Amino acid sequence: MTERGVAGAGLRLPPLRAAVALAVAGLSVIPLWYVGSGLATAGGGFVDLVWRPRVGELLVNTVSLVVAVTAACLVIGVGAAWLVERTDLPLRPLWTVLNAAPLAIPAFVNSFGWSSLSPRFAGFGAAFLVTTLSYYPLVYLPAAAALRDTDPAFDEAARSLGCGPWRAFARITLPRLRPAALGGGLLVGLHLLAEFGAIQSLRFDTFTTAIYDQYQAYFGGTGATALASVLVLLCLVLLVAELRLAGRARLARVGSGSRRRPVPHRLGRGRLLAAAALLLLAVAALGVPLGRIGYWLVVSTSTAFPAAELARATASTVVLGLVGAAATTAAALPVAWLVVRRPGWASRLVERGTYIGHALPGIVVALALITVGIRYVPALYQSTTMLVVAYVTLFLPLALVGLRSALAQSPPELDEVGRTLGVGPGGILLRVTVPLVARGAGAGAALVFLAVVTELTSTLLLAPTGTRTLATQFWSESTAIHYGAAAPYALLMILVSAPMAYLLTREARA
Amino acid sequence: MSDRLRVSGLSKAFGAVPVLTGIDLEVPAGGLTALLGRSGSGKTTLLRIIAGFGRADAGEVRVGDRDVTGMPSERRRIGYVTQDGNLFPHLTVAGNVTFGLPWRARRRRHRVEELLELVGLDPSYAGRLPHSLSGGEQQRVALARALAPEPDILLLDEPFSALDAELRSSTRRAVAATLRATRTTALLVTHDQSEAMSLADRVAVLRDGVVRQEGTARDVYLHPVDLDVAGFVGEIVDLPATFAGATAATPLGPVALREHAVGSGLAHVRPEQIEPAEDGTEAEVTDVELHGGFGVVRAKCGPVQVTARWPTHLLPQPGSVVRVRVRGAAVLASGEV
Repeated sequence: MTERGVAGAGLRLPPLRAAVALAVAGLSVIPLWYVGSGLATAGGGFVDLVWRPRVGELLVNTVSLVVAVTAACLVIGVGAAWLVERTDLPLRPLWTVLNAAPLAIPAFVNSFGWSSLSPRFAGFGAAFLVTTLSYYPLVYLPAAAALRDTDPAFDEAARSLGCGPWRAFARITLPRLRPAALGGGLLVGLHLLAEFGAIQSLRFDTFTTAIYDQYQAYFGGTGATALASVLVLLCLVLLVAELRLAGRARLARVGSGSRRRPVPHRLGRGRLLAAAALLLLAVAALGVPLGRIGYWLVVSTSTAFPAAELARATASTVVLGLVGAAATTAAALPVAWLVVRRPGWASRLVERGTYIGHALPGIVVALALITVGIRYVPALYQSTTMLVVAYVTLFLPLALVGLRSALAQSPPELDEVGRTLGVGPGGILLRVTVPLVARGAGAGAALVFLAVVTELTSTLLLAPTGTRTLATQFWSESTAIHYGAAAPYALLMILVSAPMAYLLTREARA
Repeated sequence: MSDRLRVSGLSKAFGAVPVLTGIDLEVPAGGLTALLGRSGSGKTTLLRIIAGFGRADAGEVRVGDRDVTGMPSERRRIGYVTQDGNLFPHLTVAGNVTFGLPWRARRRRHRVEELLELVGLDPSYAGRLPHSLSGGEQQRVALARALAPEPDILLLDEPFSALDAELRSSTRRAVAATLRATRTTALLVTHDQSEAMSLADRVAVLRDGVVRQEGTARDVYLHPVDLDVAGFVGEIVDLPATFAGATAATPLGPVALREHAVGSGLAHVRPEQIEPAEDGTEAEVTDVELHGGFGVVRAKCGPVQVTARWPTHLLPQPGSVVRVRVRGAAVLASGEV
């Protein structure tokens, strides 16, 4: 009695929740363990597997694509963000939407749009163009947010100290923008290392596509593991860079002081030119894929419209999305609780652990789960459970971010105040904690749903035979060059994710 | 009408560090007592133990005749208003205010209006969300919320310290008026002596985990038990003195003593006791600091530095010579007695 009265509002049970959180984090580390154990068992033979001209070729392909696309995304993303946020460009709200929208179109749908224009659209140049158009919003969004949040007072101070507008941009705006833009750039790099569909369909070889081919040809084996280990190494390089950047980015963040909207730079006659450039970008990133989907829909409706197939794929996609979102959110809950309510090195480690799964390519996570599954829980192989576990591993941080901030908004003081008002721990949970966390949990779950709906690689590898999602159906039709048959799946994918995406953007604005 | 709060023999240590060592404190029914202490004096710890969030190592807490020592907070009938208000961000003002009421009572509109009126807020606030309120308004809502279930005791943990000066005094007045109107027994924790003096019927000074002095605000100010309490509740001026029974001879003339003393030491007086007087001792004004309606005069009387507080129309020029004397008895005497 005494013990309970003093312990606080339902905060007993840390061991259980901590154990669950640890298990969740452990799940995320399985891929690393898989690569590590592969290295260990293969021993000396492993070196021979990795040290081949073929691997060298893949390394050159992958690294040159990552470097070129990341650089292009940085230039386009920062440039577009500056034009939209800091100049007197007309139709600002329109450009804001158009520059975020490419994220709603999966890269493999974008590549379908371009490659269906001409069969000769393939190779490095094609892969460079398509992935740049698909991923530049990853730089644009944080850069635009940073530009919006930066107090113009810094800029004004520089101007008053005798800097011209361009020097003020170079010496004040750009350095303050650096953490956000580089963070976005690293994200582009990680996405490129993981990208499979777009690059495969454009017939360009990187580690991810090579691992897939190896797996399809030999069903696992050391060849795929060897390639995966090199890929994981590349990911770790980017992850370490991101960790170091995140440490510094915190210092660079602006305080919560009052923000004024900066006086926009006048572009003069350049306004039309800038608008034309942004329009061209939107046409290339959005117009081409959407236009091609529309074109093929119109051209092919006369030939075949398999309504039953479409309905089945849509249903299984929605169900997988909902189950994946629910499972991921449930798994993220104890981790979020641990991070917010029990801060310290241990909980930070658990949180970091969950990010590993997100940073690793879907193909590595899928291969790891297949290997571990066959070895220890064969019953799970080729089951929906295994697929959902892969989604949890891949998308946990998406759910975690929202939950964390929501839990942070529900500090223990609120529980205490509630109890002095005569409400017991159960009532507090129902009337305070759950309503406060629900919003963040919902936003996180929506993000996971979106990610699952457009996920291709691990779904291809892990989905039980007979389970067809919109993404896998689209993939099999478009790789068979049945463009007309592929188009309705792409359209449905966009339609299914549209309401969630809309909810999310509304949330972001509120 | 609420109950009396009595804390007796309360002790608490964090590890080897004692924070509270045998606290005895009584807040009379319907009264407002201020618990005054510097930061780190253990006042918030004491408050949290009374509210039921922390556990004492020894001692008991009684509300009226009820021993609430081991009771969970939700059954103590002790309300709590924190420094930041801690309004529930997902609930409207009405939702916050009625949070502690039984389900049926939560739906009655007039109850919300009554409570808002009590803390001086317009009923139109009922539908607003906390983030659209100013800091002072949030604190008033927090007070209405705490008062709604008609607690036996209300605890206020530095409820005004997060507000700016102007808002602070208006919110203070509103809170004091509300507490008087509802005749709620209240314990206010603060480190601000002027806040404690202006609001509370009684003041308890907490230092080193012990209540050093407890009494009416006037009593604590005029008759502090020791030099530390005297300096904490107000400014003091030290005058070198030779004690001769009921009076002391000082550079500013004779000063009455409250207790007989002999020998030499210091007589401590308040700055407002040093008055201009034509038959007083000469002092050279070194500095004058204006605070609107009154001013602080610093002057030298031989080697002795004195500080006085005078109405603005009486303030001298710096560098001029004034004549002063001490009115009333010294608040304290110290030295070889």
